[in-house]
Amino acid sequence: MSELAWLDAALAGARPRAVGALLRYFGNLDLAEEAFQEASLRALRSWPRNGPPRDAAAWLILVGRNAGIDLTRRRAKETELPPEEALSDLEDAEAAMAERLDGADYRDDVLRLLFTCCHPELPATQQIALALRIVCGLTVPQIARAFLVGTAAMEQRITRAKARIAQAGLPFEAPGPVERAERLGVVAAMAYLVFNEGYSAGAATAGARAPLCLEAIRLARLLLRLFPAEPEIMGLAALMLLQHARSPARIDRNGEAVLLEAQDRSLWDRGQIAEGLAMLDKALRHARPGAYQVQAAIAALHARAGRAADTDWAGIDRLYASLERLQPSPVVTLNRAVAVAKLQGPAAALEMIEPLGGRLADYFHYHGARGAFLQQMGRAAEARTAFDRAIALATTPAEAAHIRLHLDSLASGAPAS
Amino acid sequence: MLYAILCYDSEEAVGAWTAEQEAEVMGRLLAVQAGLAEQGRMGPVARLLPTTAATTVRKGQEPLVLDGPFAETKEQLLGFYLIDCASLEAALQVAKDLAVASGGGTGAYEVRPVLTFQPGDAPSSGGPLSTDKAG
Repeated sequence: MSELAWLDAALAGARPRAVGALLRYFGNLDLAEEAFQEASLRALRSWPRNGPPRDAAAWLILVGRNAGIDLTRRRAKETELPPEEALSDLEDAEAAMAERLDGADYRDDVLRLLFTCCHPELPATQQIALALRIVCGLTVPQIARAFLVGTAAMEQRITRAKARIAQAGLPFEAPGPVERAERLGVVAAMAYLVFNEGYSAGAATAGARAPLCLEAIRLARLLLRLFPAEPEIMGLAALMLLQHARSPARIDRNGEAVLLEAQDRSLWDRGQIAEGLAMLDKALRHARPGAYQVQAAIAALHARAGRAADTDWAGIDRLYASLERLQPSPVVTLNRAVAVAKLQGPAAALEMIEPLGGRLADYFHYHGARGAFLQQMGRAAEARTAFDRAIALATTPAEAAHIRLHLDSLASGAPAS
Repeated sequence: MLYAILCYDSEEAVGAWTAEQEAEVMGRLLAVQAGLAEQGRMGPVARLLPTTAATTVRKGQEPLVLDGPFAETKEQLLGFYLIDCASLEAALQVAKDLAVASGGGTGAYEVRPVLTFQPGDAPSSGGPLSTDKAG
């Protein structure tokens, strides 16, 4: 690896902790970010010459703090400055500072930084963009590419999000245990949103969006380091790893999406599966089930099946039943129906999803699944109507293409899949 | 004599590598391993999952199970090699070769002489040189 590459990796690894601490110090997202940029520039000059510091985050915080103070001084003399004793000499203070910043202090800093990005007044897309920019350190053009918008538009979106946060005020008091748990839940949901932005991308955009999945997994690992005993965070990490492990098999050579059942399982990433299964084992020990753990357990049953035919559909049915209790939603029931179709046949599955028709009337997957069940039952005309409806609702070319395959097989009288 | 070469690095930094960087580093580390294997000096190699996957059992009157690694450190144990070396100098040379192959930057290789070694008969996971990786 080139020198620049390891520097980049070291800076990226230290970034959440460093920006989190600078945010606590300055109380201003823009200044914290600028101070971190400045510290990174100095690291690029100093680390190759002097070797990397023992604690990259502590180094960046100290240097960033001084740089931020300089910036403030230069800009506005009237801005109130932190007390002089806070401005310590780098050489003397590095070791002591590194010790003091360990563990618990970092934890609330990073959580605050993440929580700031998921301010409830921000729409989900802005939360994700902000987290990718500020926590993960992706550049605006990188984020713009992932969201398929222009750089200027994304720049504007992020600026607007920051302005809204500045107006709303930041949560600077140290959170109590209940509040900390609530914040952790909000942040976990944001990390999963980032993951899904990447994971749900169609074949055409998968390349541009793949980095989002990796960033989300890094966020989950970061949360795990801060909260090592939270089973739902373990579940979240497991869920992301087990789903992402399938990525190499999800798109074929022609750029078409490949359904789970048809995937070449030898392409699945064994390392990510091993890590995901390990995280799930750890989570289940706590016997405190939650929605992420159950979804991870479902993904684990798929991961453990050597062939699609070996899938433990009864186990998946049971897990979806738990998920329906933990997190009732027509979409969960729809997913459960797929397992029920495998176990009891399409008629039982169809009966299960018919009551959802009202709430899922505009949901692509509802009509796709309904069409497939009808097709399996030999009710071709009704199946065609359902598939036509699904195509009308498809949001990506891959979704539409998949339904067209069903329609083709109806037309040719081929066995239903 | 057998030497353990323990690989330490910041897993946050290693976790920030791109797939290409990872493949590049692993390729170079495997080349070092291949050279040692030719001389019949390679012992077992292990690459560990991140410390987020770790669980710790603390000894006491009642063993206590804790999530996470046994100690919070700035650099984590990522994996290890066991290598047959004629001298400390030879073992240090292997560690230096690995350090160069892993591309500089942060981290360290700790060289520890092995007191006893039982190869055991557990099945290996992953192929010998193709998938066993140590950072």
